[in-house]
Amino acid sequence: MLAWLKSPASETQVTHGQRLWLYVFAIITMILLVTPTLIVIPMSFSDSQYLEFPPEEWSLRWYRHYFGSSEWMNATATSLKAAVLTMLVATPVGVVAAYGLHASQIKFVRMAFVLLITPMMIPVVLVAIGAFYAYVKLSLLYTITGLVLAHTMLALPLVLIVTGSALKGYDMNQELAARSLGAPRWVAFVTVTLPQIRFAVVTSALLSFLTSFDEVVVAMFVSGGDNPTLTRNMFNALRDQIDPTIASISTIMIVVTSLLMVVAQVFGRGKSGG
Amino acid sequence: MNTLATNAPGLRRDEGMERLALFGLASPALLLVMVILVIPVGWLFYLSFIGADGQFSLENYARMVERKSYSRIFVTTFQVSLLTTGLCIAIGYPLAYFMSQLPTKIANLCLITVLLPFWTSLLVRTYAWLVLLQKQGLVNSWAISLGLWDEPIKIVHNMTGTLIGMVHIMLPFLILPVYGAMRAIDRDYLKAASNLGASPSRAFWTVFFPLSTPGLFAGALMVFVLCLGFFVTPAVLGGGKVILVSMKIVSNIELFVNWGAASAMGVVLLVLTVAILWIASRFLRLEQMTGGGH
Repeated sequence: MLAWLKSPASETQVTHGQRLWLYVFAIITMILLVTPTLIVIPMSFSDSQYLEFPPEEWSLRWYRHYFGSSEWMNATATSLKAAVLTMLVATPVGVVAAYGLHASQIKFVRMAFVLLITPMMIPVVLVAIGAFYAYVKLSLLYTITGLVLAHTMLALPLVLIVTGSALKGYDMNQELAARSLGAPRWVAFVTVTLPQIRFAVVTSALLSFLTSFDEVVVAMFVSGGDNPTLTRNMFNALRDQIDPTIASISTIMIVVTSLLMVVAQVFGRGKSGG
Repeated sequence: MNTLATNAPGLRRDEGMERLALFGLASPALLLVMVILVIPVGWLFYLSFIGADGQFSLENYARMVERKSYSRIFVTTFQVSLLTTGLCIAIGYPLAYFMSQLPTKIANLCLITVLLPFWTSLLVRTYAWLVLLQKQGLVNSWAISLGLWDEPIKIVHNMTGTLIGMVHIMLPFLILPVYGAMRAIDRDYLKAASNLGASPSRAFWTVFFPLSTPGLFAGALMVFVLCLGFFVTPAVLGGGKVILVSMKIVSNIELFVNWGAASAMGVVLLVLTVAILWIASRFLRLEQMTGGGH
């Protein structure tokens, strides 16, 4: 142990002993990054109204409450529907746009790129009230269609960035080769390019799903009526009082997110860049 | 050769057409952004110049300057954003440095602790802090049993809680670009510095730190801009005590249905955000700011 403390820690002459403070600090920070979220999981199995940790009595009370409530179930169904549809719309629209911008190289490309990533850069509140206004005019307010369109717009920057950076690492001459052998452009794209950027496409799809599923502010404005999203209901519940049901919903959301992360990792083992 | 020369203009035209057609592939995406974002925000811009009587007026902007309650909101927003960014740098930079010194495999494992919260729903994380920080919450009960303080203190529904939650949520946005920049630094530079007699701290401050600044700058900027427009976490953890610009915009619409006031604040927020990003883009590539996809 003492020898390790005195051994060099990097390219410079700094020793592990001199860096001990950094190690301690980093480990504490990593613990603080992860635990607040994870601690909700055991708490959600508490029988008490006050969410103790560790729970004195374990129960599925809050899960029963969640699955038994038609209001929560309806909101969950809306959120899932919107997220799946957002994924199905944003991924092809975004991938095709990224491909078009990458291959076209005309002078408007940069402008178009900046325009397409603005939804990520500007305050989401503005997106929300803007969409709210537009939907009143287009009578899309409180519809799934409206929600999906707005969420698609929010997801596009991510799809564009992820797919765009994969295309940058891809040699477009391969497509030229396919086309010189007689394949039409779209066939060349589907059979040659697409398989090689598939990791980026899958990542884009997952990010689109999560963007929609986790989104709060836009949903607060444009979802409602018969179709409130899960996040909208959760947010409203949080503003009032600490509803333990939310702990159980949170746990389910953490599990779903982690599963999606694992899926992304599994696909990531493929050789394509992303 | 001759036929090629005569065909050249036609070929060039064809190529031009093809590029235009390829550009057209982005049109559905562009159309969506135009209809749902650009046109409505343009309308908000117009609305912000309409007074209560329906005529052109600057009253919505004048109100922001004249009324203390409005100017205070902007000051609070800047304070909170600056504090959050500063805390994120103070906490995130050392952690990124720690990870950048580890072998890639172990570093990737550590990176999960950053990515897991990054992927987890904002609302879930905000809720977690609400539960932990409340009066009967875990933080209070542990601090009391450790003897840090005697009776439950208020650490949520105020500035403290807001900052804790915001820093926790913003940290990954800082750590990821900083870590990326640090990983890209050639370690041989440090060896060279060390060989030339630099002490470890001198090698760090004169070689390593300057090379990591593009990542640090990109991350800090991202955090600051996101904080300026942040809504969910301060709305829940601030408990009405910390009012940021975005919250005032929402309440202006939800409670008072005052589109003029909301629009004017929105325009100011937008102009501030765009100005900061524009100035920054003169020093940084846009791709760097967006992290280039992780």
